[in-house]
Amino acid sequence: MASHSSASSATGATGWFANQVANLGQFAMDWVTGVGGVAVFAIQTVGWIFARRQRRDVLLPNFYQIGVMSLPVVALTGLFIGMVLAVQSYAQFKALGLETRLGSVINLSLVRELGPVLAATMLAGRVGSAMAAELGTMRVTEQIDALESMGANPIYYLVVPRFLGCLILIPSLTVMADFMGVLGGYFYSHVLLDIDYHHYWANSREYVDVFDFLLGIFKTLFFGAAIALVSCHHGFHCEPGAEGVGRAATNAFVHSFVLILILDLFLGIWLNNVHDFFRPEGPRRLL
Amino acid sequence: MPATAPAKPRRPEEPAGPLLRVDSLHVRFGSQEVLRDISIDLEPGQTLVVLGESGCGKTVLLKSMIGLIRPTEGEVQFEGRSLSGLNDRSLAHLRTRYGFVFQGAALFDSLTILDNVAFPLREHTRIPDAEIRSIVGGLLDEVGLPRSVLTKKPVQLSGGMRKRAGLARALALDPQLMLYDEPTTGLDPIMSDVINELILRVHERPHVTSVVVTHDMHTARKVADRVIMLYPVFRLRPDEPQIVFDGTVEELDGSRDPRIRQFVEGRAGARLMELREEQARDHGIPAESPTDTETDTHEGEPDA
Repeated sequence: MASHSSASSATGATGWFANQVANLGQFAMDWVTGVGGVAVFAIQTVGWIFARRQRRDVLLPNFYQIGVMSLPVVALTGLFIGMVLAVQSYAQFKALGLETRLGSVINLSLVRELGPVLAATMLAGRVGSAMAAELGTMRVTEQIDALESMGANPIYYLVVPRFLGCLILIPSLTVMADFMGVLGGYFYSHVLLDIDYHHYWANSREYVDVFDFLLGIFKTLFFGAAIALVSCHHGFHCEPGAEGVGRAATNAFVHSFVLILILDLFLGIWLNNVHDFFRPEGPRRLL
Repeated sequence: MPATAPAKPRRPEEPAGPLLRVDSLHVRFGSQEVLRDISIDLEPGQTLVVLGESGCGKTVLLKSMIGLIRPTEGEVQFEGRSLSGLNDRSLAHLRTRYGFVFQGAALFDSLTILDNVAFPLREHTRIPDAEIRSIVGGLLDEVGLPRSVLTKKPVQLSGGMRKRAGLARALALDPQLMLYDEPTTGLDPIMSDVINELILRVHERPHVTSVVVTHDMHTARKVADRVIMLYPVFRLRPDEPQIVFDGTVEELDGSRDPRIRQFVEGRAGARLMELREEQARDHGIPAESPTDTETDTHEGEPDA
């Protein structure tokens, strides 16, 4: 702060440069403080999972909201993405005379990447921003202060159930997205593009194995945890007023989404190494 | 001007000395100073009313008393134990001896009134559910709410009813120290008086000490046996204390400190001038001079 104000008083090119450095420094400090804040929040959340037995009456409504209510939208997204993959890949594969290999491409893309990432994105959009808005409203209307004033821990009551809900239920949602995607891809390929179903499934079986499926599911655990922590953190640190709540909800989605993509990249690299360790012969060639 | 309060019998386990001590409390948010060197000793059985205009730090002081806001400097002690020195578990346990009534009631939207009022009981006791229901019923009777509200959500109640439900929830664990944040704000005069009566009725419970933060002079006159007035830090000179008055309501009414008179009588004074200057700045017009009646009285000598 001090360097910022002294920099502001400087004039000319030096002053402008000092200002830029000060702004950069301030940005870096805010960023580090923000990341540190989320890290401390995460540690407290994990601590409270084990510190006290979870209450069924608190967990179940959250699980219902996160899992059951997200199921239709995740299923619909999966279905359409499966069909879109068939639409986009068909022309290229037909030109090579390999249209029966569509099954392997669609299903591999779905279980390794698109199913997990789309389920996580839908969860961030539907549940993450709602959690930030709900907790933000509770912060603004002093309900979080009220919890603390009664000797109850707000992280235990408000964050842990949401965190567990996202962590435990995102794999099931991903399975649903994968399943509907596979169905959508098959429907479009077989019914509309008239690809032979026997070869379609035979190729799928040959190139997609359980390892691919499990890798996709494993990644979603990290996505679920990230969505819950980022969204609840934004809700907890919501600024006053309707504008503050709105901003918390928007930031919850944007930051969760960016984090999902970053995590997806690094988990992808790491899991490929794991895959190579167990299958040194490398992946089977699709074409 | 230390005020005397009608002494209530202490609990046998209570140590001698003030129930709550605020010791050289400073609170800053970033570069903004909100509380400056506040020291208050709250004797058991007192009803302390903290008066002051909006933004003077009353609510921050109240939240500091229960550890919801951590002091920048200084400390708050409950029965001689500093809140800053307690770990989360001890602080949570200590808070069961407080009852906090929030300005907007702060009832949990997702729970019914029954679950709201029962919350502290379910959190801190092992009382069976049937008994909790009867305790909650008794608490609703005490604050004058019909039992038909038990199954309603807070959003279905009026402001006054919500506030009374908030009071019932604060009373659930039979607290020793009641903290009220603007209990009558946003209520009609009749409901405000009902709330004031309830504050008095709660105070009749044995061993209850109360702190009421308000800018409502009716509340102060009705419930207070000691009044403190805070002044916004940004309107003070660097060497001026933030507590501009500490005494009884009668002494407050007799005070000649212009800052206190301005508040008690509800006059805008030089604040109108500030408003005009701001408008003039916005529109590029020179500000008018203040009339005699509007002249700021803030530079006057504080009451001796």
